[in-house]
Amino acid sequence: MAVVFQKPKSLTDAPLHYCPGCTHGIIHRLVAEAIDELQIEGKTIGVAPVGCAVMAYDYFACDMVEAAHGRAPAVATGLKRALPENIIFTYQGDGDLASIGMAETVHAATRNENITVIFVNNAIYGMTGGQMAPTSLPGQVTQTSPYGRDTATVGFPIRVSEMLATLDGPEFIQRVAVNNVKNVNAAKKAIKKAFQNQIEGKGFSLIEVVSSCPTNWGMTPKKALEWVEEKMIPYYPLGVYKDRSANKEEK
Amino acid sequence: MAEKVLMKGNEAIAEAAIRAGCMHYFGYPITPQTEIAAYMAKRMPKIGGVFLQAESEIAAINMVYGVAGTGLRVMTSSSSPGVSLKGEGISYLAGSDLPALIVNVQRGGPGLGGIQPSQSDYFQATRGGGHGDYHLIVMAPASVQEMADMTAKCFDLSDKYRVPAMILADGTLGQMMEPVVLPEPTDYKPNKPWAVTGTECKRKHNIINSLYLKPEQLEQTNFERYERYKAIEENEPLWEEFMMEDAEVCVAAFGIAARVSKNAIMAARAEGIKVGMIRPITLWPFPKKPFKAAADKCKAFISVELSMGQMIEDVQLATECKRPVTLCNRTGGMIPSPEEVLEAIKKAAGGNK
Ligand SMILES: Cc1ncc(C[n+]2csc(CCOP(=O)(O)OP(=O)(O)O)c2C)c(N)n1
Ligand code: SF4
Repeated sequence: MAVVFQKPKSLTDAPLHYCPGCTHGIIHRLVAEAIDELQIEGKTIGVAPVGCAVMAYDYFACDMVEAAHGRAPAVATGLKRALPENIIFTYQGDGDLASIGMAETVHAATRNENITVIFVNNAIYGMTGGQMAPTSLPGQVTQTSPYGRDTATVGFPIRVSEMLATLDGPEFIQRVAVNNVKNVNAAKKAIKKAFQNQIEGKGFSLIEVVSSCPTNWGMTPKKALEWVEEKMIPYYPLGVYKDRSANKEEK
Repeated sequence: MAEKVLMKGNEAIAEAAIRAGCMHYFGYPITPQTEIAAYMAKRMPKIGGVFLQAESEIAAINMVYGVAGTGLRVMTSSSSPGVSLKGEGISYLAGSDLPALIVNVQRGGPGLGGIQPSQSDYFQATRGGGHGDYHLIVMAPASVQEMADMTAKCFDLSDKYRVPAMILADGTLGQMMEPVVLPEPTDYKPNKPWAVTGTECKRKHNIINSLYLKPEQLEQTNFERYERYKAIEENEPLWEEFMMEDAEVCVAAFGIAARVSKNAIMAARAEGIKVGMIRPITLWPFPKKPFKAAADKCKAFISVELSMGQMIEDVQLATECKRPVTLCNRTGGMIPSPEEVLEAIKKAAGGNK
């Protein structure tokens, strides 16, 4: 778990509303730390999704915009085109980014829109009470797949990072997790790089963060982190899927 | 004096928008408004502006939302099916009090409908179109000149009241070529303390948002917005009266229907029928005042529309149903002929003048 030292400047004093043990909080912190370290708070504009992170606009101390469900990459495109010198990021869940907003995601990526996307994959629709997500695992029991996700009738989960990495457009795609200290540190590095890329004008950087939803998975926070390790990560392998500037694609 | 140039209605909107300081355009191709996008695609890169063909109308309106949040002037254009898709984003613009211009060059509907001119999105435009309690400022041009002038006016009103504005045109006006005096270019500099531009660590963060989880708060926000709507209804209705001084029959028509009606009215006058027209220029706010006044002296009203009858309800409301209001209409891309309107006028006048 993240070591608690001092609250990043880029987070406000508003108390987070996330459930106990939810990893949204850690990811917020990593984003804020990256912004602090790069000293870009004053010119950063964040775009909040519709999902559990909808209130992110109250938590990040930079200017914020609340987008319609799935539309954050289009809103971010507008912001970046209007203010190319500013730093624009979106923070989106899997329903937001990979279901209703898939077109906006793919097209922002293929345009290599110079923005940073933080994609929180928790394999479920958290905010609406635990329905099946595009990233729910085969067999995963959710409110709308009460007998387990049946791939024969509802298809397979979408591996967003792999899929986007097939495009020529995007600059940088990496999947990380926040289920242990080692992974949190790697996630921090990746998120910072995704912002650094934007500062350098390199283009679209997406960090997929494998996250947990103890509440809607029906698990204790500890059990949920184990599930991340045992079920999620094997289906969603961590790694860099695209790094154009490094001029190599590795997994 | 600015010189007159010959332009298509759609191009006049595009050029007027640029002159009003709109440097960002987002759209998705659809007939019959494509000239706007084509014009922007040509001009914007030359003047340091942004033209972007979005992946859908949904994306386009959300790009508009992003730019509007920064306080800059921004627009999108589409035609009926595309405007339906923009409905979500328009509702969010309204809910976040963001100024923007949306142009709907209407075609026949419902569904994929056709590509010929229509006015059948009147309800959608004047009743909101998306979900929730809101209005747009809606202006209906009847000439290429008005398309240019209204573009500038829409940006001004939209900024003034923080209410998105719509130009509700139709395929005929969009394609029509007429001489036009373009508005003088303005050097638009936003002065919007609410905009998201980066805090520069000098102020509290600004938030563009339409979410209010506490119902009391949402109610208050809506109340406040409706105060602005009230001011708009008081100050901004626009209309043209044509031969209304002695009129006994009053035609109500906007846009292309008003042009056809004018010809019919001239013909009716030549036959001695005392008929005039009130042409709403703003559809929201609807110009209630002249209709209310006309209800006291005219014996009958005719709503001439390129739809199955939508504005007619506003005419009935504004005249408080004091007089009969009949409908003279074509739909699906058809335009009523002056003869059809003349027939309707004669009928309303009672056959014998
Ligand atoms: C157009 C629209 N459809 C549906 C909803 C309802 N809704 C709110 S959040 C959400 C799912 C969010 O799930 P996800 O993006 O995975 O984020 P999480 O809550 O898990 O963080 C849905 C369907 C909505 N607000 N708007
Ligand atoms: S519902 Fe799930 S994702 Fe949402 S705050 Fe609770 S644990 Fe986190």
